[in-house]
Amino acid sequence: MSLHLVLQNLANGLSLGSLYALIAIGYTMVYGILRLINFAHGEIFMLAPYFLFYGLLIFHLPWWASIIAAIALTAVTGMLSERIAYRPLRDAPRISVLISAIGVSFFLQNLAIVIFTGIPKSFHRPTFFTRLFQFGEIRIQSTLFASVIVSSIFLTLLIYIVYRTKTGLAMRSISVDIETSRLMAVNVDKTISITFAIGSALAAVGGILWALRFPQLFPLMGMMPGLKAFIAAVVGGIGNIPGAMLGGLLLGMSEILFVAFLPALSGYRDAFIFAILILILLLKPDGILGKNVQEKV
Amino acid sequence: MKKQNEKIFTILALIVLGVLVYLAENNLDAYKLRILNLGAIYATLGVSLNLIYGFTGQFSLGHAGFMAIGAYVTALLVLPPYYKEMIFILEPLVWPFTVMHTPFIVALFLSGLFAAIAALLIGLPVLRLKGDYLGIATLGFAEIIRIIANNIPQVTNGALGIKGIPEFTNLWWTIGVAVFTIYIIKGLISSSYGRALMAIRENEIAAEVIGVNLTYHKVMSFTISAFFAGVAGGLFACLLTTIDPKAFMFVMTFNILIVVVLGGLGSITGTVLAAFLFNYSLEYLRPIEAGFNIGPIIIPAIPGLRMVTFSALLLIVILYKQKGLLGGVEFSWKGLFRFIHKIFSNEKSSEGSSK
Repeated sequence: MSLHLVLQNLANGLSLGSLYALIAIGYTMVYGILRLINFAHGEIFMLAPYFLFYGLLIFHLPWWASIIAAIALTAVTGMLSERIAYRPLRDAPRISVLISAIGVSFFLQNLAIVIFTGIPKSFHRPTFFTRLFQFGEIRIQSTLFASVIVSSIFLTLLIYIVYRTKTGLAMRSISVDIETSRLMAVNVDKTISITFAIGSALAAVGGILWALRFPQLFPLMGMMPGLKAFIAAVVGGIGNIPGAMLGGLLLGMSEILFVAFLPALSGYRDAFIFAILILILLLKPDGILGKNVQEKV
Repeated sequence: MKKQNEKIFTILALIVLGVLVYLAENNLDAYKLRILNLGAIYATLGVSLNLIYGFTGQFSLGHAGFMAIGAYVTALLVLPPYYKEMIFILEPLVWPFTVMHTPFIVALFLSGLFAAIAALLIGLPVLRLKGDYLGIATLGFAEIIRIIANNIPQVTNGALGIKGIPEFTNLWWTIGVAVFTIYIIKGLISSSYGRALMAIRENEIAAEVIGVNLTYHKVMSFTISAFFAGVAGGLFACLLTTIDPKAFMFVMTFNILIVVVLGGLGSITGTVLAAFLFNYSLEYLRPIEAGFNIGPIIIPAIPGLRMVTFSALLLIVILYKQKGLLGGVEFSWKGLFRFIHKIFSNEKSSEGSSK
């Protein structure tokens, strides 16, 4: 394979990986705090491009306003889902919360089918996002730049929030011990709400960038990216934010490179992702950057 | 109550069940029979998942994969060879399947066997994992099985799926398999193996310290669970008469998990109840979609409204019944008679001197 093809594929992998990273953050933050696999996260991701689509089509908002509105609405949906379906179950067995998350996922999916109909909608991208840049023999779409740049900005912002602000401190303390945090006057419910808002907003950014790259919207579009982003979070070490970013990039890269180098096996692309997951789990169960917690007797 | 009497009551109950199945088979229409059949298949699936998750405490999300194996094995074995030659249009079917043709019961048994072998191979490495990690790894394996099914058209006919499977499944089969599953799993739970499994669920390290072989028991529970999932998959194939890889996505596992948790973890009675309730309520809600009138307000037909209502109901049940419908209570003759006795003694001593 020639060098420029390798570079081309690396660029594609980087862009896909940064999208996975954005979605994976939401999983990892929620898991870190509540020990909950938030299966509804993929549906949150699906809602954002729909909000954008309707903002543009029905309310004729300008692009920037629709994007902001879509992100805000998605964040609110994420917070609401926590308020309604997870908060009442805070002292319940963990499996109940998981079933509740599956319930929210089904609910949002089917609500989307009712409201947006099941027919796929094509997403008209402005020409700004479809322009191609030529570097020698490598052609790069501007969405690729957009996804890498936008996700870097948001991820830096996130790192700042989590590691340099009081809210971030509260999040980290809750993830260590929820009861002690409450005793230390941390407003647990508020912090968890903020966590869901941030996670959902990042998923919204990921969803919008995803729709710019694959411009077709359908109510089940969140399922596979959601599952893969979750795998990315596990591979990187669940509960660990840099881990989720690393996992996302790794997964995006390996997915693209697998298809590029073994085109005959492209039908097995998703199976390859799951195989990586299982291999990492068996070799290093806590993920690449995860901390190994010794079980106490 | 004496053991002897309990046995007699169980046999009587089975005879009553048999009469009911006979009446249902002869009097109900195909639509109602379909719901009952699905309920019984879900009961089998739920009880088998309950063995690995409810009783052994190992979070497995791989049931859809084992079901898929069972469904394909049954479909390939019960279809007549000339028909298989006809429907495999993407790639011709590979050798052993082209000539193999077995009765339904043999096909079902082999379905379970193949699913169990797959579970043994998967379980040996994966069951070292704990908690959510195990869940995700098994979910991954189930998806891998589905993707492989999608990519070997010479065995599975690829994404087109297999159509025209003979409709062997009827209530005798589905209820029969469900009863057999419950009998075997109940027997296992009450044996020393069952005690070991529950010890693992309660505290793995303590169980290991008192001499329970963790790997052996976990893999055994996982394999038996997969066996019944495979059999249920075979029944499923011969009920729907058409299967394709999409039918076995992880949503299928979620449905089974919902049945198990709604019924109450570790309660076989609850699982069976929830299995029928799950399928019945899905169908019961169907008229919502067709459009209806509330007084003068005309609500048009909205496709998808049924599932929205269903998932909202599911959320309400899980929010208010956190331990499931039965909360881990198990049916027993002793319990039933104690219950009846309590009702009568309450009636007799309505003055309030009941103990």
